[in-house]
Amino acid sequence: MHDKTLAELARSLDAGEFSSRELTQHLLGRIDRLDGELNCFITVTFDQALAAADAADKSRAAGKAGPLTGLPLALKDIFCTRDVRTTAGSRMLDNFISPYDATVVEKLATAGTVSLGKTNMDEFAMGSSNENSHYGPVKNPWDLAAVPGGSSGGSAAAVAAGLVPAAIGTDTGGSIRQPAAFCGITGLKPTYGRVSRYGMIAYASSLDQAGPMARTAEDCALLLSAMAGHDLHDSTCVARGVPDYTEELDTPLAGLKIGLPREYFGDGLAPEVEAAMRDAVKAFESLGASVREVSLPHTHYAIPAYYVIAPAEASSNLSRYDGVRFGHRCDSPSDLIDLYKRSRAEGFGDEVKRRILIGTHTLSEGFFDAYYKKAQQVRRLIRQDFLDAFEEVDVLMGPASPTPAFDLGAKKDPVSMYLQDIYTIAINLAGIPGMSVPAGFVGNRPVGLQILGNHFAEARLLNVAHQFQQATDWHRHRPAFAEENA
Amino acid sequence: MALEHADVQRAAHLARLGLNDEDAARYVDDLGRILEMVDMLQALDTEGIAPLAHPLDVTQRLRADEVTESDQRERFQRCAPAVEDGLYLVPRVVE
Repeated sequence: MHDKTLAELARSLDAGEFSSRELTQHLLGRIDRLDGELNCFITVTFDQALAAADAADKSRAAGKAGPLTGLPLALKDIFCTRDVRTTAGSRMLDNFISPYDATVVEKLATAGTVSLGKTNMDEFAMGSSNENSHYGPVKNPWDLAAVPGGSSGGSAAAVAAGLVPAAIGTDTGGSIRQPAAFCGITGLKPTYGRVSRYGMIAYASSLDQAGPMARTAEDCALLLSAMAGHDLHDSTCVARGVPDYTEELDTPLAGLKIGLPREYFGDGLAPEVEAAMRDAVKAFESLGASVREVSLPHTHYAIPAYYVIAPAEASSNLSRYDGVRFGHRCDSPSDLIDLYKRSRAEGFGDEVKRRILIGTHTLSEGFFDAYYKKAQQVRRLIRQDFLDAFEEVDVLMGPASPTPAFDLGAKKDPVSMYLQDIYTIAINLAGIPGMSVPAGFVGNRPVGLQILGNHFAEARLLNVAHQFQQATDWHRHRPAFAEENA
Repeated sequence: MALEHADVQRAAHLARLGLNDEDAARYVDDLGRILEMVDMLQALDTEGIAPLAHPLDVTQRLRADEVTESDQRERFQRCAPAVEDGLYLVPRVVE
């Protein structure tokens, strides 16, 4: 059962092949046996999962099952979950039991999904390898020497290893798409404002967005349909109807106009990854799509702009961790300033401190115009690049990452880690949606094809990805780790 | 714009982040390299470009100024490090 997609599992539950309780127990057993090695989970919620599975089985028996009723998933530990520990991968929140549910958590529970637990992540979602977690790194099930990507590394690895059929992640600069690529699964970062951020622990509020990670585009469509929509608790969540994202999956791609950004195929792209991209594009051509080169001229300014804007927002967002109302507090503070300074010094890890310091510095008197204002001006130019491109083409395609997963411990220099995100980061600055879908391998490490669309074009992206998955079988490959441990 | 030791200590103080001299020295180096990468932005002419704070062109919605939340103080204080009589405890601020 751990090999199936959400859509397949739903059919099995409908046919009575097994119950949600049996499915949940099976997966909890796998987590118990295999997660010691992988470290995908920070908290496993055994009892709550079984209770939710029983409730789902009951509503199915009563004929009240929806498309997601009884289907298991995992939540990145950045989503607040009522009465369950929510750490954001940080020592700061090691003891934090959330008093409320995030909107996304509530919506998924209402849809009848069964959460098995909270997945590992880079601390406060700051990282591209999951090595910045207070709870230790996650291993990539395809190759235990490789990182799973980050920051939603635990979510991606858990799906790849067959511990859960789907997981929810967040993406501020690539944190859904890059781990999805590294772990050979399908991930979608929706348009900024499509999914509520309420109860999602904030990193950079003008960039953060939650999205689904699963085995197929069809499963992502099922999940997004349940996650998206207006929320009174998040003023940046857009009041716009939510379509059934599965409805357009089968639309033929004849006439689709694909743009390949020239800047996404330049220096630094591994030749094997480029070859996989060219093969994927050929598959689309054979489905009737036309392909042309386009330009996103400000691509190379995206990482510098991001590393001003995101740390600036983070330095403000993370000021709430003061050792007073919740979270870590140092022992025997001598005065209030000592309490703040030592609680924060002890509670935050290295990368988080770097970003707080960068953000505080660039926002401080005398530096604001040169850094923050400048970066926001560049942000407009970057968004305009995409808007111009979408005048010419329907979707853009390119690699999700310049290389497949790198080795654990390979990138010690923060800047070299940041540069990995060259193809994902501009998407958050522009606020547009993006997906990564499995598109091949380099050795035993997966490669992800990134598909980008204009604001609110999620249905089109899911359609394009689904058609690709009807014509290819990269998304059906499973790591030996999952197979051997069946 | 080169970064000095004093800049890092100033930022650390503003951010209320305890930093010993050894840590500070390491961050001067790390942050210096990050800012060097960021300085690439200065090469771009952005004269007359309006800053973009938010990716969508939407206006903030307004709502009626009404009380919609109930009092859940006890619940919210359960995760606090130290409380007494419904108040958060901190070291003495006024002698």
